[in-house]
Amino acid sequence: MISLLATRLTSVILVMLVVSALSFSIFNFLGDPVNNILGVNATLAQRDELRVALGLDQSTFVQFWRFVERAVVGDFGVSYRNRQPVVDLILARLPATLELVLCATIIALAVGIPMGVYTALKPRGLLSRSLQFGSLLGISMPQFLIGMLLILVFSVELRWLSAFGRGEVVKLGWWTTGMLTTSGLKALIMPTITLAVFQVSMIMRLVRGEMLEVIRTDFVKFARARGLSDRAVYLTHALRNSLLPVITITGLQIGSLIAFAIVVEAVFQWPGMGMLILQAIEFADFPVMAAYLAFVGFSFVTINLIVDLIYLAVDPRLRAK
Amino acid sequence: MNQLVLRLKALGNSELAWRFRNSPPVIFAAIVLVVLVFCAAAASLIAPHNPFDPATLNIMDARLPPVWIDGGTSTYLLGTDEQGRDILSTIFYGMRVSILVGIAAVASSMTIGVALGLIAGYLGGWVDTVIMRLGDIQLSFPTIMIAFFIDGVAKIVMPIGMREEMRFYVVILAIGVADWVQFARTVRAATMIERRKDYVAAARISQVGGVRILLTHILPNTIGPVLVLATLGLGVAILTEAILSFLGLGMPPSQPSLGTLIRAGNDLLLSGEWWISLFPGAALVLLVLAVNIVGDWLRDVLNPRLR
Repeated sequence: MISLLATRLTSVILVMLVVSALSFSIFNFLGDPVNNILGVNATLAQRDELRVALGLDQSTFVQFWRFVERAVVGDFGVSYRNRQPVVDLILARLPATLELVLCATIIALAVGIPMGVYTALKPRGLLSRSLQFGSLLGISMPQFLIGMLLILVFSVELRWLSAFGRGEVVKLGWWTTGMLTTSGLKALIMPTITLAVFQVSMIMRLVRGEMLEVIRTDFVKFARARGLSDRAVYLTHALRNSLLPVITITGLQIGSLIAFAIVVEAVFQWPGMGMLILQAIEFADFPVMAAYLAFVGFSFVTINLIVDLIYLAVDPRLRAK
Repeated sequence: MNQLVLRLKALGNSELAWRFRNSPPVIFAAIVLVVLVFCAAAASLIAPHNPFDPATLNIMDARLPPVWIDGGTSTYLLGTDEQGRDILSTIFYGMRVSILVGIAAVASSMTIGVALGLIAGYLGGWVDTVIMRLGDIQLSFPTIMIAFFIDGVAKIVMPIGMREEMRFYVVILAIGVADWVQFARTVRAATMIERRKDYVAAARISQVGGVRILLTHILPNTIGPVLVLATLGLGVAILTEAILSFLGLGMPPSQPSLGTLIRAGNDLLLSGEWWISLFPGAALVLLVLAVNIVGDWLRDVLNPRLR
């Protein structure tokens, strides 16, 4: 178990090193901080002065080290576009994206797992078959199209929900939440569904596949032979053992939710980190891009680590080794 | 010629063909796929209009609805877009771009993945460790995120004049690089088994070079699962391209894919002109769904263990 943790930690450090190197390259080699701060008309002397002041005369390695040092305390410099500290921009956008991702994950698990269990237990039923086909549609359909369909039906035709923005938000310290106002909750509905459809389908298919395999194993037969009720056999014995891979995949999926949130945010004009990075790419705002990459890398690594720890906690076989 | 007939007959009697004949949804999906690919390939012959010839466009015809809605004409079956282009024709041309980019992207991730997988599996040692570790690191990020970043950075770094014409290759490479790991893993595992077999030892004793052993002896024995992975990857690649294009990072409006068309129509959705974006969208879903159904089936039949 200790060795398992050690391998995990080394890989975390490795990933973060690679990510920060990439982030540093974007920051340092693509953007030209001197030009950006002084403008093109500055004299050579002024440039040199600033270059020294920023530490750009040092070796790449020293610069990289300084970049990492500053990144650790959250200093990614100033956005080229609106001259604000990058970390403030990201923190301002973070709540919007996280609330979206969180709601989508909850829906994905709450809907996907029961659907997976049902389709595994009654594979031939009509409902199962339609769910199966629906899930195939779900993984074949790009998020933006789902979002556009929802907008067309609920905003353009029925005029029930607003097609863009977060609605009213409440400030809790630096965190802004849309989950405390009616308009905020209403604004959350369509983006969340849009983001969740793919994950619901994924988790359903995964649970179904695992359940089908577990049901065939001996311990399920024995449980049934012991005279346990169907409910006990399927829910406490079979489902528990099918959920292990679900934990892993859900962890990875939260990562991809952060990625797909970019698409959903673009459709619904949702003021989250996805919109921030899209604008950053459009305006070649390298500090923001570098910070976003580092932040996303850090989140993924953390999520993966948490998944491993949960895995360790729930699977006694891993602890025994 | 005779031999070809015999081979075709053998294929017709094979288990593959038998299982194909006995799964109606797959037959249906395959037919849809063939029709879509045909429409895309023959776009310039069968499309009712040429949407990229400005001379034939009439701005008076802009934003016409489909034929079955008031105001639509039978000249434009599915209506027209903002510039008066026939939607049906732009879909045919757009699908061509989508399919081409998808195939090229899968081909490039296959090439990268197979090459690295062969090297890692055959050489082993630190080369293996470095390559597979790199793969592990990359796998901790979603494919779409990697493609998004490669594409975004490339978009900025390229000289402005070259951006549009190079988009095609940039998108292909971005998706290709983002998705090599699964190919490398599969090929590496197979190579590690194959390289210990007698025929490889025999080839080595006969002084066949390492590269040649890899390409002519080991590669053919590892390629089966790779082709299944490639079919499954095609749907993902087409979707990824559509997402990049929808975000404005993929194919440019001058050379639109289905994703670009949907992006262009998205702005007009709120004013009720849904056909401009939703018909290309439907074509995209149909295409990806057909590819996924055929791919899933191929995997189940050829290599159930790949699940």
